[in-house]
Amino acid sequence: MITIEDIHYSYASNIEALKGVSLTINDGDFIAIMGQNGAGKTTFIKHFNGLLKPTSGIVRVNGVETTKTSVAALARNIGFVFQNPDNQLFSETVEDEIVFALKNFGFDKETIEQRVVWALDFLSLTQYRKTSPFLLSGGERKRVALASVLAWDPNTLVLDEPTIGQDHEQKEKLQQFIMQLQSKKKTVVMVTHDVEFVAECNPRIILMRDGKIVADGIAKDILTNSKLLEESSIVLPQIAQIFTKLCPLGLPANVINMDEAETTILSHVKKEGE
Amino acid sequence: MTIIKISDLVYTYPGASKPSIDGLSLNIEKGEFVLITGPSGCGKTSLCRTFNGLIPHFYQGVLKGQIIVAGQDVTDKQTFEMAKHVGLVFQNPENQLFALSVEKDVAFGLENLGMPRAEMRKRVDWALNLAGIYDLRERSPHEVSGGQQQRVAIASVLAMQPEIIVLDEPTSFLDPLSAERIFEVIYKLNQEQGITVVLVEHRLDLTAKYTNHLVVMDKGKICFEGNPRDILCNEEISRIGVGIPKATLLYKRLKAAGFDVNMQTPLSSDELAEQLLKVLDV
Repeated sequence: MITIEDIHYSYASNIEALKGVSLTINDGDFIAIMGQNGAGKTTFIKHFNGLLKPTSGIVRVNGVETTKTSVAALARNIGFVFQNPDNQLFSETVEDEIVFALKNFGFDKETIEQRVVWALDFLSLTQYRKTSPFLLSGGERKRVALASVLAWDPNTLVLDEPTIGQDHEQKEKLQQFIMQLQSKKKTVVMVTHDVEFVAECNPRIILMRDGKIVADGIAKDILTNSKLLEESSIVLPQIAQIFTKLCPLGLPANVINMDEAETTILSHVKKEGE
Repeated sequence: MTIIKISDLVYTYPGASKPSIDGLSLNIEKGEFVLITGPSGCGKTSLCRTFNGLIPHFYQGVLKGQIIVAGQDVTDKQTFEMAKHVGLVFQNPENQLFALSVEKDVAFGLENLGMPRAEMRKRVDWALNLAGIYDLRERSPHEVSGGQQQRVAIASVLAMQPEIIVLDEPTSFLDPLSAERIFEVIYKLNQEQGITVVLVEHRLDLTAKYTNHLVVMDKGKICFEGNPRDILCNEEISRIGVGIPKATLLYKRLKAAGFDVNMQTPLSSDELAEQLLKVLDV
């Protein structure tokens, strides 16, 4: 559990990036943090594992204040995957990259091998096991960064823009995996601009603007509120755009995902036919 | 007029065991807006790197086949010579920015061309405004956000007003509305000034509507090429892992379930919603 009480954060240049943010993240929560560029999203999540310490206010991870412990101690429980994989990767091969944290956390040899094989397979990277991460494409490097964190199975996973550079298939796999983590009561927090991904995943959405939280609610409510989204420089997901326009037909306006869109239209057609 | 002509291209990075581009031919006409898509690792970025000679001059490796861009054989010309014709916006903006201020980054290419100061001032302001970063001009490009860095990279290329602009997932770090605005700016430059645009994107939801020349790559080859309305209704496309726009997918699923919306394959939510209103309104 992570509790954040009224935190402020200023960078050295005196720009206040967070202006009083409070949030409680319970074990098993699945949260998407959205908002325009420069809203403070990345600054905010860096407080979850003590990478940044608030200028004022308190962040507690499982009851412990982040100012009173080290990033290393927090790392075992909170896995971070950054926006830009190049800031995270440093090993000579994809395999070494994944092994690194596992070794640091003291896993035995057999477990390490098992976890590496699993992570490589899961993220479709097995063929690159002995390849340098820097020879891979942008999307593949992002998956290496993800693999190296998933391998040690942290209780909380923080993902900064996990879908950047990922194709449709990889996004679907990521979605399924997040659902799987949910069933194990793991916590997942992701920062993302990918409205289409969010619409299919259906998380709780925290909307940030100008260093503050401006909305907190379920995807169905937030992603169909065009005024709120526009103020945060976000566009409605395509399905919501369609249903907003279909209002005159008496169809519900708060449809955001594909399956529901299909059933809603088909049952309307059937009803009209009768 | 064909402005990019690639014939039987095979390219292997140094130290790689198999080619990243594996027998690819592509013709792009002057003034086209071409969209390239395909699964992660299919060779899209490598292909972009051949347009201005980064492949093979910078990346080395083994190249077979021919690349003619703006009448120049890329393998014979230095990258800086190609830069007059082709502007490239990379996937990762940090790799592209180096100057002390946003403004200097945008001016860099023009300084190299020896453009007079007054003219340069005008051009830089124009590009900063188009990219929506005029207010950031005195900031360091390394202290602005990832999304803002992408705008700086785009402005730097726009300022050069090249004949061809190649953009490799140029808005991946941008919020959706900003991304849409950038795509609109690029589309406008294409329509009004005839600049040839080659855009690499996974997110066809945002971009399919701008093109009538879609290129789908897989495993270093082109597997589909043509009008997106024809290509996106092909079943093979989903198997390759191309993300079909939600509006197109909903149209296909309704059709499969026995409800034909009765229109050409839609590429945007507006197109589908409009037709649904007509068909469903009794």
